[in-house]
Amino acid sequence: MDWRPSATFTVIKQRARIYRQVRAFFDARACFEVDTPLLSPTTNTDANIESIKASNLGQTLYLQTSPEFAMKRLLAAGSGSIYQISHAFREGEKGRRHNPEFTLLEWYRVGFDYQQLMDEIECLIDDISGESNQYQRISYRQLVLDHISVDIDTIELLALRQKVDQHVPGTCSSELDVDQCLDLMISLAIAPKIKGYVFVYDYPISQASLARVNASEPTVAERFELFHNGLELANGFSELCDSSQQRQRFEGDNNRRLDAGLEPYPVDELLLSALDSGLPECAGVAIGLDRLMMVLLEKNSIDQVLSFVE
Amino acid sequence: MASYNTSEFRSGLKIMVDGDPCSIIENEFVKPGKGQAFSRVKIRNLKNGRVLDKTFKSGETMDAADVIDIEMQYLYNDGEFFHFMVPENYEQHAADENAVGDCRLWLKAQDIYEVTLYNGTPIGVAPPNFVELEVTETDPGLRGDTAQGGTKPATLETGAIVKVPLFIEIGEVLRIDTRSGDYMSRVKK
Repeated sequence: MDWRPSATFTVIKQRARIYRQVRAFFDARACFEVDTPLLSPTTNTDANIESIKASNLGQTLYLQTSPEFAMKRLLAAGSGSIYQISHAFREGEKGRRHNPEFTLLEWYRVGFDYQQLMDEIECLIDDISGESNQYQRISYRQLVLDHISVDIDTIELLALRQKVDQHVPGTCSSELDVDQCLDLMISLAIAPKIKGYVFVYDYPISQASLARVNASEPTVAERFELFHNGLELANGFSELCDSSQQRQRFEGDNNRRLDAGLEPYPVDELLLSALDSGLPECAGVAIGLDRLMMVLLEKNSIDQVLSFVE
Repeated sequence: MASYNTSEFRSGLKIMVDGDPCSIIENEFVKPGKGQAFSRVKIRNLKNGRVLDKTFKSGETMDAADVIDIEMQYLYNDGEFFHFMVPENYEQHAADENAVGDCRLWLKAQDIYEVTLYNGTPIGVAPPNFVELEVTETDPGLRGDTAQGGTKPATLETGAIVKVPLFIEIGEVLRIDTRSGDYMSRVKK
């Protein structure tokens, strides 16, 4: 294997420039930078995300899949709005758009909801790219309806599987549940048709992750993602502050992990205690910084924006 | 039997799909940040050459296909089967018309071809990129007309018909690119 960097020095210097711009952007907005541990005895329980294990003196530790839990503990302790540029790790995620170790820009805004946070993301991207971009917002339900004529509020699993066979032939659709069908269609049938910057918001509650349920529309969670020309760039929420609901979601995740033959992960009791003591109303987002660089620097592989890949 | 996990998928890997041996042409890892991961692969069915897309959930395993490519010398056609021999051990294999496919247009006795064996039986034959074949039939050559760039059909010793420059004559040996079927040059005997 070649010892030299996989990115050019032009790109490596552009990365330094983007880091400076990100820091200037948040400094000007009274959002301060934090640095939380990459190793933790607990991790994300999400059934679709595998953590990389490490060990210290016999204790199992997990390389963090995002800095979310630690940052929420800072918020609960009264930090106010914070941001972090952090490496994150996800086992087995390797491809043109994935690397097991990647870079997240994650931030939390106290007092914001998810729509306000989308406004701020637009400002940040305009600031970094030095131009005024066009952004669209569309609900998850409308996006799916527009592209594949599926109404997620009413469609049955069998009909949804038929849609998968129609739009993504060659898939064993009979082995997929509703969310897996939707994940596949978003990735292969819908995202490739998205042009420009598009926020998709109000995800079905089965995909709520750590987002709060929309008070006026209880079938959706206040979660959004940002896409650019089909590339997923960011995932954000109006954060769930209720510790008992959060505990139920962790336990639900671990049940799904067991059903899928995966080992359950220890639940982060410290995060739940922090939520118990009171997480301020806030919204948070994680941007895949490497992917944003792929967009801004017009690179089609994540390797081209990372100094080295294993 | 050996099997491969989706994380081991890479181009060139031979796996069994729907009962047929297939070769992976491309593999793409597809995953929404918080969603199910998939492997989207483009595969070639090694029995019929068809290319198709397949999607597997990450973590699924597929049986390995017992497929091996071996260089063999073409011997002869008995009317039904095409006979090949491994030069090192004289082991012979008979390939049917399906296995030989379009390669039959480039088959010349004594030449070396890549034969694909599945469970020990030939399922594919690939010619070298270039072959040298004699012209058995073509319209009379037009001498001096080497600059015009006009072409005419010529039948080669294997039955293949290729477009050749007007000056080519019966009995000449031509170098042909088997990937495109294009005439490349004359070969001095």
